[in-house]
Amino acid sequence: MTAASAPGSDAGRSTGLDAARTVRGWLLPLGIFIGALAVWDVLVRVLGLPQFILPAPSKIAASWLANLPELWASTTYTLAEVLGGLLIGCGGGIVVGVITARWVGLRESLLPFAVAVNSIPIIAFAPLFNNWFGLDNQLSKAMVAAMLCFFPVMINTARGLSHVDPAALELMRAAAASDWQIFRSVRVPSALPFVFTALKVATTMATIGAIIGEYFGAPSLSIGQYIVRYAAFLNLERSWAAIAFACAIGIGLYLVVVLVERLVMPWHATFRVIADGG
Amino acid sequence: MSEQPTDRPTSPRPSDDAVVELTSVSKVFWGTGRGAVRVEALSHIDLSIRRGEFVSLIGPSGCGKSTLLRIVGDLIGVSDGTVMVNGKFARAARIGREYGMVFQAPVLFDWRTVQRNVELPLEIVGRPRAEREAKARQMLELVELGDFAGHHPWQLSGGMQQRAAIARALVLDPAILLMDEPFGALDEMTRERMNLELLRIWERTGTTVVFVTHSIPEAVFLSTRVVVMSARPGRITKVVPIDLPRHRDVETRETERYFELVTEVREALRGSEGESGATEAARRVAAEGLA
Repeated sequence: MTAASAPGSDAGRSTGLDAARTVRGWLLPLGIFIGALAVWDVLVRVLGLPQFILPAPSKIAASWLANLPELWASTTYTLAEVLGGLLIGCGGGIVVGVITARWVGLRESLLPFAVAVNSIPIIAFAPLFNNWFGLDNQLSKAMVAAMLCFFPVMINTARGLSHVDPAALELMRAAAASDWQIFRSVRVPSALPFVFTALKVATTMATIGAIIGEYFGAPSLSIGQYIVRYAAFLNLERSWAAIAFACAIGIGLYLVVVLVERLVMPWHATFRVIADGG
Repeated sequence: MSEQPTDRPTSPRPSDDAVVELTSVSKVFWGTGRGAVRVEALSHIDLSIRRGEFVSLIGPSGCGKSTLLRIVGDLIGVSDGTVMVNGKFARAARIGREYGMVFQAPVLFDWRTVQRNVELPLEIVGRPRAEREAKARQMLELVELGDFAGHHPWQLSGGMQQRAAIARALVLDPAILLMDEPFGALDEMTRERMNLELLRIWERTGTTVVFVTHSIPEAVFLSTRVVVMSARPGRITKVVPIDLPRHRDVETRETERYFELVTEVREALRGSEGESGATEAARRVAAEGLA
């Protein structure tokens, strides 16, 4: 909305240029991706690699198509866990981050602790979560995902809210602004880039957390169990097909966060580079 | 401007005419770390600034001129002495928004348009939207940024950003404008243009200006009085009245009187430096060695 009213008289022309540039930006990585798949396929055939070591992409694609309903059911099951984990972990991380940023004493006593806990391999707790919340309960995996998201989001939120340009704080003080006004008008906008960076990390973490949680036990129609089961049967095309879906969850959620970031802070330096070039 | 009759310098008592009244103001900073170093930033400053004046504070770096400005604006507290701003204690004056402040950096928020940046103080005071918009527009016209209201700060040049900051500082019609080296980061040509611009704004608004700078020509060109300060302890060593005609333009910089005044300020500065400069440098080296 604001972008449209932004600089220059040649807004119409530059959007056309931008679109062309965006298409070109997408074409190259896509070409590389398809090329890599082709090389992979050819290599597997030429080297005669057995299917249980590395199946050819064409085989994986065939298996993907053949088992689509089952894979789709597994993916939606796992996706629900990932989303639940993101909601609990990021929501909790933001809330606790705001609280710790608000009260300096709390931050100083809590943040070192949070950093320490963050370095614990939380994945190690996955089997315990299954005991606590039940093997067949989606909540047990969502909690693993939430644990993985919580600390990066909390630490970045607290950091973003407290690392504000001192000159901006002085300005607000000179204007006799209240703490709440400073929080709303300065701290929150300054923290947004930090929070979004953490949210991008969190999408990957949540996907990892949910799938690893499933490795330790979950209904058979879940990505984690799907991968484990067919790997054990040496039916690797099907495992790979499930891995492709797992990747799609991770990448898809990441892109959603990027999209929201663009909508929420179109003013940010990373998004104005393109506009300035025109 | 403010319509209250009390603001008019009609009162018989001469002290009512003083918008800023500093009485024996001292400020001591304690260095952090081992062997806490005591730094006397300001020592017994007495200064009275009348309504409508343009007073520049000039001095070597470390003389406490920015500290003094921040004390007037209640951004820093005093260690001793009293600060009265527009008849109130500094803190009450800040809370009553008696002054507008312009810093060396424009401090505009990237997430707001230029217009919305200027509206910020009005927003903080809780003025209705229509009034905010009208008033901000009026201020942007005053600093000749009317065409850039919808732009974002990063789309403006350094000089334009600083003009937006001035518009923001003036948006509440403050009695005083406090400026801390506002043009220090600008190139010489932009700076001279901004000086003319500022004089025009000062003439139009009638605001009292307290202006911190380390440029002698700038101080002489803008001011009605130049306050020369020396370093540690920060003190006022001389006050030079600038008796140039009130209306100044490009040619003022070429008059004989202008050069005489520049020389006078320069000599006052040199005098204050010779007094404490050399020993101060040695003391500072020693202090850094301790830290």
